Amino acid sequence: MAIDSTLKEQPPTPDFPMARSCPYHPPAQYEELREKGPMAQVRLYDGRLAWLVTGHSAARALLADPRVSSDRQKPGFPMVAARLEVARQQRTALIGVDPPEHTAQRRMLIPSFTVRRVNELRPGIQRAADALIDEILAQGPPADLFADFALALPSQVACRLFGIPYDGHSFFDAQFRQMLHADSSVQEVGAARSALVGYLDELVTVKQDRPEENTAPGMLDELIEQQLQTGGLDRGELVSLTMLLLLSGYETTVSMIATGILTLLEHPDQADLLRRDPSLAPGLVDELMRFLSIADGIARVATEDIEVEGRRIAAGDGLFIATAAANRDATLYPDPARFDITRSARQHIGFGFGIHQCIGQNLARAELEITFGTLFARIPSLRLAVPVEEIPMKGAGTVQGVTSCPVTW
Amino acid sequence: MSGPAPAAADDAAFRVSVAADRCVGAGQCVLTAPAVFDQDADGISRVLKPDVASAEADAVREAEFLCPGQAIAVTQPAPDRSRLAGSS
Repeated sequence: MAIDSTLKEQPPTPDFPMARSCPYHPPAQYEELREKGPMAQVRLYDGRLAWLVTGHSAARALLADPRVSSDRQKPGFPMVAARLEVARQQRTALIGVDPPEHTAQRRMLIPSFTVRRVNELRPGIQRAADALIDEILAQGPPADLFADFALALPSQVACRLFGIPYDGHSFFDAQFRQMLHADSSVQEVGAARSALVGYLDELVTVKQDRPEENTAPGMLDELIEQQLQTGGLDRGELVSLTMLLLLSGYETTVSMIATGILTLLEHPDQADLLRRDPSLAPGLVDELMRFLSIADGIARVATEDIEVEGRRIAAGDGLFIATAAANRDATLYPDPARFDITRSARQHIGFGFGIHQCIGQNLARAELEITFGTLFARIPSLRLAVPVEEIPMKGAGTVQGVTSCPVTW
Repeated sequence: MSGPAPAAADDAAFRVSVAADRCVGAGQCVLTAPAVFDQDADGISRVLKPDVASAEADAVREAEFLCPGQAIAVTQPAPDRSRLAGSS
């Protein structure tokens, strides 16, 4: 027997998504919504109602529940803007499929992202970070650490991980920048994406058919051998999956680097703790993931009736997991609005939870640990060059964070 | 009573196991309790030592909580049958 959804218009119903007014704090309304309970009703751009899940334990329960789907083609899947509706037309690999397809696709990728693999990449990441800082120091202050560091490091690391040859790095870097640049038009973003797809397709040909030209083996070679050649994936699927991984991991890491630097500069006592004790870097990264929660508003749809913590969700109800609210749940984190790199923040859901939890999280952790550890050690007098209020940040409904990080030293 | 008593670590707080079909390869167990968990060649979690000593109990409980696939199970250790042998 179906439970009646309790999603009924009950004024005041806030609109979702909400914009941040500070790059490192969630929207102000999250706190008052969470105080009323683990879930709240919100109104979407088209007038539909959906659930916003703000409690940590409810968020974990729903993200791990098999009755909660990531498939944008399922009835009732919620969208935050008209421009995203196109996602209903075609199933997106990995992030937009449920078991059993998800299970098979994820298993193809897991070996490339293990703790051991990521640890093998660390020396290369450290060298890349140091080279970028050498250049920044050589140019002299001021610098924009968004353009000069945040956009650059994840691009270089991705090229190394996937096995994109060095002479392709600057091409990749240019396309990524164009895709992410605040001033890029929709056409420019589309053109950059097409250029990347074309490049990857040609690279697959080189790796398969012209091994003498294959100068940089990596994850793409393994996928060609284990999946393309065995029929596990066709060529189009391989290129799509590669693009998905590259794009999902890029904007997020860029934003964590830039916004993390800003947050540390705005909390100099915490930056000092890190400088004095570099072993705090992993804990710092988890606290930044918790505090910033840039991947806020994880979309899902219920495929059956679900009861969670006394609330009823009906089949077809849309859900948004407010990670930024859940990660400031005071039942788990005392004084949650306090940025404290010595607290134990491991239980945050900044990388998500459940079967779709970020597959690249260990790589992200390594890049972020190395970034903050190295920057703050090598440029001890680093400080913001402009008031924080003047720094532009992303609007609602996308990966959060700043789009500039002007510094001096 | 015949047969050897099953081995249990002298100070085992509990036993831990991983359901491989639920594992999504996140590796958080390895980061949290590296003496107890590792990732095999396919990146799937495997238990290095199923009997968890009390010194590692907190880390293993944390790994259980953090596992995104909810694949980690902790259970009571196997009973010390040598003590039961005398009863009939």
